Amino acid sequence: MGPAIEVQGLHKRFAHVHAVRGVDLAVHQGEFFGLLGPNGAGKSTLINILAGLTRPDEGRAAICGHDVIADYREARRALGVVPQEVVFDPFFTVREVLAIQAGYFGLKGPKDKAWQEELLAALMLQDKGDANMRTLSGGMKRRVLIAQALVHRPRVVILDEPTAGVDVELRASLWVFIRRLHAEGHTIVLTTHYLEEAEALCERIAIMQGGCIAALDTKEALLRRALSKTLRVTTAEAAATLPPRLAPKLRKRTANILEFALQQGADSIPEVLESLRAAGFVVTDISTEQASLEEVFLELTKKTA
Amino acid sequence: MKGFSTLFYKELLRFYKVSFQTILAPVVTALLYLLVFASTFRGRPDILPGVPYVAFLIPGLMMMSMIQNAFANSSSSLIQSKIAGNLIFILLSPLSALEFFLAFVGASVIRALCVAVGVYVAAVFFVALPVRHPLFLILFGVLGSAALGALGVIAGVWAERFDQLAGFQNFVVVPLSFLSGVFYSLRNLPPFWQTVSRLNPLLYMIDGFRYGFFGTSDVSPGLSLAIVAGFCALVSLWALALVGRGYRLRN
Repeated sequence: MGPAIEVQGLHKRFAHVHAVRGVDLAVHQGEFFGLLGPNGAGKSTLINILAGLTRPDEGRAAICGHDVIADYREARRALGVVPQEVVFDPFFTVREVLAIQAGYFGLKGPKDKAWQEELLAALMLQDKGDANMRTLSGGMKRRVLIAQALVHRPRVVILDEPTAGVDVELRASLWVFIRRLHAEGHTIVLTTHYLEEAEALCERIAIMQGGCIAALDTKEALLRRALSKTLRVTTAEAAATLPPRLAPKLRKRTANILEFALQQGADSIPEVLESLRAAGFVVTDISTEQASLEEVFLELTKKTA
Repeated sequence: MKGFSTLFYKELLRFYKVSFQTILAPVVTALLYLLVFASTFRGRPDILPGVPYVAFLIPGLMMMSMIQNAFANSSSSLIQSKIAGNLIFILLSPLSALEFFLAFVGASVIRALCVAVGVYVAAVFFVALPVRHPLFLILFGVLGSAALGALGVIAGVWAERFDQLAGFQNFVVVPLSFLSGVFYSLRNLPPFWQTVSRLNPLLYMIDGFRYGFFGTSDVSPGLSLAIVAGFCALVSLWALALVGRGYRLRN
């Protein structure tokens, strides 16, 4: 089977903005993929092109091998999109909303109804099934959006900032559900501003900046790209003078704890420790900390800005 | 066409859930027109020979209500969905432009027919209203409502704000429907205004619809039918082209 999402040479220009500039991308079947980037990086435009909500000026995009324009019916059958904005139709109840959304895909049988009830249960909405959409809280409306995106059992699910403005408990329950979808074989594409979420969930991550893909790699490889990592040294006494060659690397000093920012590949931990010993420090403990995805993200988006 | 039937059903459900506003209110408005005009023009000579003025008014009021409600149904549904953002659920589905168009126009026709039946049922308490040519009634009722439903799709797709849509309704649809011979016959107008009136496609809808009741009309019913069908086809093609291109629906 081909890629879940395939994008080639995609461009989209609006009046004064070149929102997507020659993006090439392939998301594999069954992958948990992160699409990150600052506001205005082109993520939403890219998602809208995949969903058929925006027409590209150049290039092509396909969902599970189906071109999003030429073969839009099959492409949309294969794709479920959870939009960023909490939008709803105030005329209908939750069950009506799900039945109508499934009906657009021609799914009206008993199995389809059973799946809608399963979605309500999985998203803890069963007691709200007959409630009008207007009466639901923001978090519940967001869960209905997720159910709507899944009524046709799409192979690829795009979640556009699904946890923005959502409380901690609901966020945790949403991730349990989305992990379950992924475990069942769905390809998940996630955009989020909570980078710890992307770090915890995604296998590969693309970082967009200025309409381009600034970085695309596995999470581990991206983390290795970080320019620095942290070395924390605990010493027996705090009085010794720091060797001059280590002074520029010192990030923080509190009592007998020294925190250094070491350049990946350039600085060696044994050499730093040796210098400290030579200067009279008695090292009692050390710990290191890899850069977080957030630091990598900031470095990459700063470099390409 | 399963997707179409769901969108059609959804659009029916939408106006049914607020039928007090979408069906009952226009029926009451039409009856108020009937009461005011009938009492004001009591004793005046008949406009059509042997047809009392109250009876003459009813088909016009029915068709005017159909015109206005068919337009309001598709246009208000679209603008509300666009502004609330829930149109995205339809746009993300595999529905074709034709299915989209037919569902919105079909629901507009049904709402218009419901209003017309409501006006008729209420009006027959006031005056006997024979039906000479039921087929013409159905043809003009359906084609006229479909044309205005399609015009409502155009307006709903084009408008980005409620006031733009209100402008379209108040400055185009309402004047055209009021100046289409609802309250008078074309023959009573001076020659210049007769010529101007003949440029109004809504005139042929009302005149043809009235022919269905009384078997007499200002314009030949065949010509009216051709003009109404042509107008319906024109606005339908225009609406379909806009929806197909995704004009103001898809960037």
